[in-house]
Amino acid sequence: MPNSSVRVQRARARSVRGSRTGRAGGAAAAAMGASQTRSEHRHQDLADRTGFSLEQIKNLHRRFQQLSGDEETISKENLESIPALANNPIRKQIIGAFFDKRNQNRDEVGSCEQIGFEQFLMVMSHFRPPSLKTTAEEKEAMRREKLRFLFNMHDTDNDGTITLVEYRKVVEELLSKSGAIEEETAKAIADAAMLEVASTNVPAMGPDDFYEGITFEHFEQILKGLEMETRMHIRFLDVDTTTMRCGKFTS
Amino acid sequence: MQRCGCVPLWLVGSVLLTCSTSGIGAHQDSRPEPPSETTANQSHAEQGHGSSAITGIPVVTFKWHHVETPYLVAVWILVAGLAKLVIEANHHVTEVIPESALLICFGFILGGIIWGADMVQTFKLNPTVFFFYLLPQIILDTGYSMPNKLFFGNLGAILVYAVIGTVWNAASLGLSLWGCHQGGAMGQLDIGLLQYLLFGSLIAAVDPVAVIAVFEQVHVNEVLFILVFGESLLNDGVTVVLFNVFDAFVSLGGPGINAVEIIKGIISFFVVAFGGSFLGLAFGLLISLLTKVTQNIKIIEPAFVFVLGYLAYLTAEMLSLSSILSITFCGVSCQKYINANMDENSVNTVRYVMKVFANGSETIIFVFLGISAIDKEIWVWNTGFILLTLFFIFVYRIIGVFFLTWILNRYRLVPVEFIDQVIMSYGGLRGAVAYGLAALLNESKIKEKNLMICTTLLVVYFTVILQGITMKPLVKWLKVKKASVSELTLIEKLQDKVFDHMLVAIEDVSGQIGHNYMRDKWNQFEERWMKRILMKKSARKSRDQVFKVFHRLNLKDAMNYVAEGERRGSLEFVRNETAFIDFKKKFVDDLPDITAGMSDDHTAASSMGRIDQVPSVSLEMHEQNMKGVRQMEDINTHHLLQQHLYKGRKQHRHRYSRSHFNVNKDEDEVQEIFQRTMRNRLESFKSAKMGVSQPKKISKHAKKDQLQKVPNGKSTDNSKRYLAGDEDFQLSEGDASGFGASGGSYPFPMMVSYRAGAGIENPAYIPDLDPMAAKIPPWLAQAELDGEPVAPSQRAQLRMPSDLSRLAPLRISARSNDSFAQADAPAARQRDDEAPAPSKRGGHNV
Repeated sequence: MPNSSVRVQRARARSVRGSRTGRAGGAAAAAMGASQTRSEHRHQDLADRTGFSLEQIKNLHRRFQQLSGDEETISKENLESIPALANNPIRKQIIGAFFDKRNQNRDEVGSCEQIGFEQFLMVMSHFRPPSLKTTAEEKEAMRREKLRFLFNMHDTDNDGTITLVEYRKVVEELLSKSGAIEEETAKAIADAAMLEVASTNVPAMGPDDFYEGITFEHFEQILKGLEMETRMHIRFLDVDTTTMRCGKFTS
Repeated sequence: MQRCGCVPLWLVGSVLLTCSTSGIGAHQDSRPEPPSETTANQSHAEQGHGSSAITGIPVVTFKWHHVETPYLVAVWILVAGLAKLVIEANHHVTEVIPESALLICFGFILGGIIWGADMVQTFKLNPTVFFFYLLPQIILDTGYSMPNKLFFGNLGAILVYAVIGTVWNAASLGLSLWGCHQGGAMGQLDIGLLQYLLFGSLIAAVDPVAVIAVFEQVHVNEVLFILVFGESLLNDGVTVVLFNVFDAFVSLGGPGINAVEIIKGIISFFVVAFGGSFLGLAFGLLISLLTKVTQNIKIIEPAFVFVLGYLAYLTAEMLSLSSILSITFCGVSCQKYINANMDENSVNTVRYVMKVFANGSETIIFVFLGISAIDKEIWVWNTGFILLTLFFIFVYRIIGVFFLTWILNRYRLVPVEFIDQVIMSYGGLRGAVAYGLAALLNESKIKEKNLMICTTLLVVYFTVILQGITMKPLVKWLKVKKASVSELTLIEKLQDKVFDHMLVAIEDVSGQIGHNYMRDKWNQFEERWMKRILMKKSARKSRDQVFKVFHRLNLKDAMNYVAEGERRGSLEFVRNETAFIDFKKKFVDDLPDITAGMSDDHTAASSMGRIDQVPSVSLEMHEQNMKGVRQMEDINTHHLLQQHLYKGRKQHRHRYSRSHFNVNKDEDEVQEIFQRTMRNRLESFKSAKMGVSQPKKISKHAKKDQLQKVPNGKSTDNSKRYLAGDEDFQLSEGDASGFGASGGSYPFPMMVSYRAGAGIENPAYIPDLDPMAAKIPPWLAQAELDGEPVAPSQRAQLRMPSDLSRLAPLRISARSNDSFAQADAPAARQRDDEAPAPSKRGGHNV
């Protein structure tokens, strides 16, 4: 449901952009003053671009401020200090993904030290769940986007391929917490997985060919069978309040 | 395996025959009127013993009554099995009509034959037999093989469908029928509102047996499957509880019911359902604990699973809790721990025996559902009642599913799609549970029992046969998203894990306590407490999913490799054995100790270290007379393969022991070493295919190094010729140097020894072996000394878990990837040439 509301909201927002601030945020804006209006406006803008609802954005903004300590930007240390993350074996990669410019819908590569709320939201938007109204093409696009996110997480040097070294690193860290698997085994597993990719995508590889690494196309190809539509989403808070807001809008 | 299954088999068998005396045992062809069971027993006791005393010692006597009951049970099982055999043989038929429907039809025919012979209904599905001896193993099997993560991930939705959906079905059907009755649609029937509700409750539940039988064949996507499957499993429990509550109400009678009784009924509903579930969990934990300490009685450890599972069922029944829910949750909760705790063989035994039982009783149930139809007594026709029931069941199921899904979709992260909802509502198959409950009805309280049985049977036939047949086309026509048929590949498994961690992390970052967060917390709790208490220490290690997939894939690869080798009539690694044999012959006089040690485990094969050294010698020999001897040698290797590799099997000692599986150590060794050898070869082969192993930089470096090393070993020509011409995977000088270059500091005794022995690669060396024979040849010496740490003695490894022993070769191969990559490339090419159309996974080794 959340998305349908978002969609309605977006369409609505586009058509009534001019008078919007006066209507929806009207009372609040009048009471809280101009700065409030500006942030409302900014949020609306972000909502259009990320597909989140205003409520979700507000919530995430609150969280962002909490993490950053009321700063404009957030740094890696801020994220690393989240206690719940301490047990996550691939913490580093995930935090890295937040600071990866490729995940922020920009055409740049490399990573930055600090990200603002907008970038934060962009990264988060990869995990929005689909809704009943999402069409097949949109789903396909979402899937691609998510795969791209995953791919970027593995491809640490931004060269468009996941080399064995890069892959091994992720696998090692991934398996490091389980305690049961030694480093050597993790390596072997990474190798075997890589071999899988190689043999699937380049079935007739000559003896002198080196499989350079997994390109995004290969990555997509090999994960074709993986169920992603029902995974890789998280529930963003205030689904219900957005629905209510939606009602307010349309009424 | 058979012996392992013996205990539960015996158990079930014994109970089956005691029970069947009541139901099936009444079959008496020859007697004009069937006597009651006790008199029958007495009579054959007299016949059996009394008569023989009189006439002296008969050579043979015919004592049918002595064996009648167990005999009939066995024959019925056989008949059901044969029916399945015949049905499954016609593959094109089962493509269209589901097996369950065919079995029911087979039951019709069989019932007709019996009717023709006896003119009376002698066999039918008896509720006692059904609920005590046929149903539990099916439910236990489904619980045991439940995909836990999926199940608990969708538990909320499943519970909503199972509880609210079932209550809705029961209530709406009962009330509507009653309303129609009041409206006069059915004529004269002696059924009150409560009886209608009772009827509604018994027929409300979707039947797991029927549903699985149909859905198994249509491979719908996993979420849809788990929703239908989980619902059918849990709502069986719910429907039995509802049935009991209404049954109590009916006994109480209309006037006796007041608000207090109704509230008590509702409370009892929850107590029975949740009590049963918790009892099952308790038994599941008990099984897990027990299997933790059964390593000394491996033979009977599978039996614990069955016996305790069955006890969970019976205990719940005794406490009048929901027995179906109990055994379900017993299976669900114990599966993970028993799979980890028990020996691999025992786990396989449990799996197989469980399937044997479940599949067997499923077959019997369907056949008997068909047979039960052939009975004049139960066919009471009432057009209004029967048609309206069919109609209402169908309609209310659809309404219920759509309404509940609509509510659920407001809260579900990933909504259930419209098409899936259609399939869900269409998949409301009723089955044997409904019939069993109908047969349980008390005739003194419910006058129209036969009508209800008849209607239930019709509903079952209608849903199982008609809906079952149309399900497949419907799924196709609606383009329901199907499950991917292929197994998970390793990389998918890894990405799965990445997903999980990533979702948790994102939830953490966004500061929300969601589904993933909860699951993560549960996993941590389980890791910390449950596993420590319930799992063996050793088992805790090798439980990683990724590793299991890895392990399985490796085994598969090894098998492919062997198959390919055998197809081509030569196994490279066997060629090592030729060389090896030669040595043995040469040294046999001078070195009794070594050869003794060798031949000892040579029956099996040789240890890692040795295997990797000897080739260098053998290869050179091959190279010299490659062309001429090649064919001869292939024959030889075949011969040797039979002679040596499988020798253990020939020497199999036929020893009988009830408490131990006849583990012939020799054979075990053969297999293990065989696998290890395969593993080793395979790894080298794999990395050849990969070429990925290291960034190019290093491989270039290795090449350079190789050139530099030339004067050190043999001529470049030689090594090149080898690389290009031979398709063997053996190490060459080039390998060794490549190894040294890329490895640098790898402290590998095996490799060092190999380098030391590099000198032998000179072909001229081989004829001159004799002077060396006085001493221990360096490579053998090394093998004795250094081979040990690399590969501990086979016997020592026997005790190790198989996973661990597997790691040894892995470690080596992981290090040596790049060097292998160089040498094995030609081989890889040849392979590829030979197999131009490789399969998805096995491409490199087919």
